[in-house]
Amino acid sequence: MSKVSEIIKDPTLTYQQQVLSLARLAESEDDSLPRDKAFIEALQDGVLCDLGEGLAPYRPRYIVPDYELLMKKGCEFLDIAPPSDIWEATNALLIFYKHVPSITSFPVYLGNFSTLFAPFDTEEEITRKALKLFLQHIDKTLTDSFVHSNIGPKENRVGHIILDLTKEMQLAIPNLTLLYNPEKTSNEFALKCVDCMLETSKPSFANDAMYAKNMDGNYAIVSCYNALKIAGGGYTLPRIRLYDASLKAKDADDFLNNILPYYVEVLLKNMDQRITYIVEESSFFKSNFLAKEGFVKQENFTGMFGVVGLAECTNNLLGISDKSKGYGHDKDAEKLASTILDKIHDMVEAHHGVYCEGCNNTYVMHAQVGIDTDGTENSPGCRIPIGSEPELRDHLLLEAKMHKHFISGIGDIFKFDKTWNKNPQAILDIIKGAFTSGMRYFTGYNADNDVVRVTGYLVKRSEIEKLRNNEASLNQVTLYGKGAEEKGKALSRRVYENSNR
Amino acid sequence: MKTAIVNKIIPFSNVDGPGNRTAIFFQGCSFACLYCHNPETIHLCRHCGECVEQCPVNALSMKNGKVVWDDEICCECDTCIKVCPHLSSPKTKLMKVADIVEYIKPHVAFIEGITVSGGECMLQADFLLELFKEMKKMGLTCLIDSNGTVDFRKHTSLLDISDGVMLDVKAFDNDFHRQICKYDNLSVKQNLDYLQSIHKLLEVRTVLLPNQDEQNEATVNYVSKCLKEGITYKLLRFRPYGVRFEGVEYFGKESVSEEYAEKFKNIVLKNGHNDIIIV
Repeated sequence: MSKVSEIIKDPTLTYQQQVLSLARLAESEDDSLPRDKAFIEALQDGVLCDLGEGLAPYRPRYIVPDYELLMKKGCEFLDIAPPSDIWEATNALLIFYKHVPSITSFPVYLGNFSTLFAPFDTEEEITRKALKLFLQHIDKTLTDSFVHSNIGPKENRVGHIILDLTKEMQLAIPNLTLLYNPEKTSNEFALKCVDCMLETSKPSFANDAMYAKNMDGNYAIVSCYNALKIAGGGYTLPRIRLYDASLKAKDADDFLNNILPYYVEVLLKNMDQRITYIVEESSFFKSNFLAKEGFVKQENFTGMFGVVGLAECTNNLLGISDKSKGYGHDKDAEKLASTILDKIHDMVEAHHGVYCEGCNNTYVMHAQVGIDTDGTENSPGCRIPIGSEPELRDHLLLEAKMHKHFISGIGDIFKFDKTWNKNPQAILDIIKGAFTSGMRYFTGYNADNDVVRVTGYLVKRSEIEKLRNNEASLNQVTLYGKGAEEKGKALSRRVYENSNR
Repeated sequence: MKTAIVNKIIPFSNVDGPGNRTAIFFQGCSFACLYCHNPETIHLCRHCGECVEQCPVNALSMKNGKVVWDDEICCECDTCIKVCPHLSSPKTKLMKVADIVEYIKPHVAFIEGITVSGGECMLQADFLLELFKEMKKMGLTCLIDSNGTVDFRKHTSLLDISDGVMLDVKAFDNDFHRQICKYDNLSVKQNLDYLQSIHKLLEVRTVLLPNQDEQNEATVNYVSKCLKEGITYKLLRFRPYGVRFEGVEYFGKESVSEEYAEKFKNIVLKNGHNDIIIV
C-alpha cells in the first residue's frame, strides 16, 4: 500500500489530520534542503534525529507572536481593529491563531492570558462567559496538545477565571503554564494553581526568575515546555540520542573526547543549513504578515539543540545494566552526566549560530521530551527512566543539578497520590525548593486523572481508548500519547505517595 | 553529642503539620495502643535474634550479641517486623543530631520544617532540644507529635524553641484508655490544658474506633468542649492497616466510614468548635 493510500484509508485520522499527514509526506519527498553525508549517516544510525522536520522547511518550527501588539494595533493583513472589549479580544485572537504556522500547523503559543485579557475584564460574569467559549473554541479547533498558553506571574481576576474554567472543563487543550515567581506570584494564587494542576494536569510551573534572567524578561513557555523569546521563536529542533551515541564509544573518555564532539558538530552544521534555508529560501520571513507587521522579528529566533537519553548514555558508559542502580541512584553516573552536559553546552555556546542575532548569535539547548519511537532506550532529556525513579527528594535534587544549561527548556513530571490534594502547600513548598535549587520547570498530576501529561504534552486517557477501538480522536497528539504509553511506558511513572507508616 | 534511636525519616511528608515537612520517627513508646499503625516502633530491640534467620536477603546478622541491619542489602519486605515477638524492629539507626542535620541539609529549601514523632518522641526530650536548636539555625519550624505521657511542664525550654505540639487524645474514660493503650490518661489531660494555656497546642487528634459509640462520643465531647478556637481537631478514622493481630481481634477488619465520622464531626460543631478535619 502506498503511503498516500495508507493515510487516506486510516479510520483513526480525522479529515484535517489526513490533510496534514499528506502535506508532511510531500515535504519529506523534496530534496532542496542541503544536508551533509555525515548527517544523513547519523540519521540512519539513529544517533541524530530531525524530529520530522522534513526536507523542505517552509516555516520556523515554533513561532511565538507578540500578541500584545495585536491588542494594541490590530492586524492589517487580517483586517482586525484593536479590540475594545472581551468579545472583540477573544474573537481577534481566535482569528489570528488560525494563521500562525508551526511544525504541527497549529500555533504552539497562544499568549499570556493573564495580561492579554486584563484590560478587558470589566464584569466578572461576562469575562467568565467569553473565556469559557474561547477555551471551548480552542479545544475543538486547535486540535493539538502542543498549543500552549501562559498565565502569571502576577495574580489577577482573569488568572483566577482561567483556573476555574480549566478545572471545570477538563480539556487537554490548550497546555497551560504558570510563570511562577514567589516574589511576584501570591501564595494564594500559586496554591490555586497547585490544586488545578493535581486535578487537571495543568498548569505547570515555570521558574520565572531563572528564565526571565536568561532572556531579559521577554520569554514565553510554548509547545511542550520550550522557553523562547516573544516576537521570536525557534527555527528548528533536531536531537542527539545520547544513548545511541554512547554505543559508538569505546569508553567514557572516548565518548567525551571523540564521539560526542563529532556528533555535536554534525548536528550544529545541520542546524546552520536548516536555518539558512528557512530564512533565505522559504518565503516566511519575506512575505508572511507575522514578519511584515512585526508580530515576529527574525533576529529573535534561535535554533534549539535537542538532547535525549542522558540517563541511558551514562549508564551504558559506566557499564551499569540495572537502571535502578544507575543514573538517579549513583554518584558516578551523576558526575559523568554533568560532564556530558557541560561538554555539549561548551560546544553549542562556542558555535556561531546563524540568523539569531537577538540571541547572542548562539543556539540554545533543549531537553527534548522524546518521541514514541525512542522506546525505553532514550529517556526524555535528562530524566530518570520511568520505573526506576528514586524517592521524591533524591529525584528532585538530581534534576535540579541537570537543568542549568537548558535555556530553551527542560522539565519533569511527577505523579502524586490523593493525599497531596489535602495539603497543596506541601507541593508548593516542593516547587519553591526545586526552583531555588535550580530546577526550571515542574509539573504534576494525580494518578487517576483523565487528562494526563504524557512526556510534556497532555492527552485524555479516554481519547487513547478511542484510537484503540479504531475510532478517530480530534486531538492529533492522542496518537503520540498512545505510542509513548505503549512503547515508552510514559504513563507508568512512579506515584509519589505519602509513605505508609 | 546526644544520640537517639531513629526508626525512620520521611524526607517529604504532607500529613505531619502545615506544608511539606521532614518527619522523624523515634523508636520506643510509652503506650502500646492496640490500634497502633506502626507497632514496630513501640519497644527497643532486645537483640533476641528471632528476625535474623528469617530475613530473605540476609540483610540482618548477629554481631557481638547485637542484631545488625544492612540497609544497602535490605529489600524492605518487612519480614523482620512481622516476625518480631517484641513489637520492635531491627531496622533502626542510632543517630547523632549532626547525622540528622547532615541528612536534612541538601533538601532544606524544600521543607517548612520538621515534625518529630514516634514511638513517643518526648522520651527523647533532651535530644530534641539539641536537634531543634540546629533546625532553627537552618530556618526550619519544629513541631512535636506526642501522645502526652511526658509532663510538658518539665520541658519549658524545649517548648519555647518549638513551634507547637500536636497531641493525641485517645480516650476520655481512663478505664477504657488503660484497656486500649495499656496506660493512664491523666498526664494527657494535664498536658492538653497546659499546652493550651501557653499557646503551644497546634492540633489534637482522636482516632474514631469501630463499635465504640459511647467512648468515641465521650472523648470527642471532652476535647471539643475544652479546645479553644484556632486549634485544629482532627478525627482519624480507624483503619486496620498495619494493626497487629491483637488489635484487629479487638476492633475488627473494617475501617470506620466517612458517614460514621460525620456524626462526630457534628458533635464537635454543636459544641461550638469549627476547626475540625476528618482524615
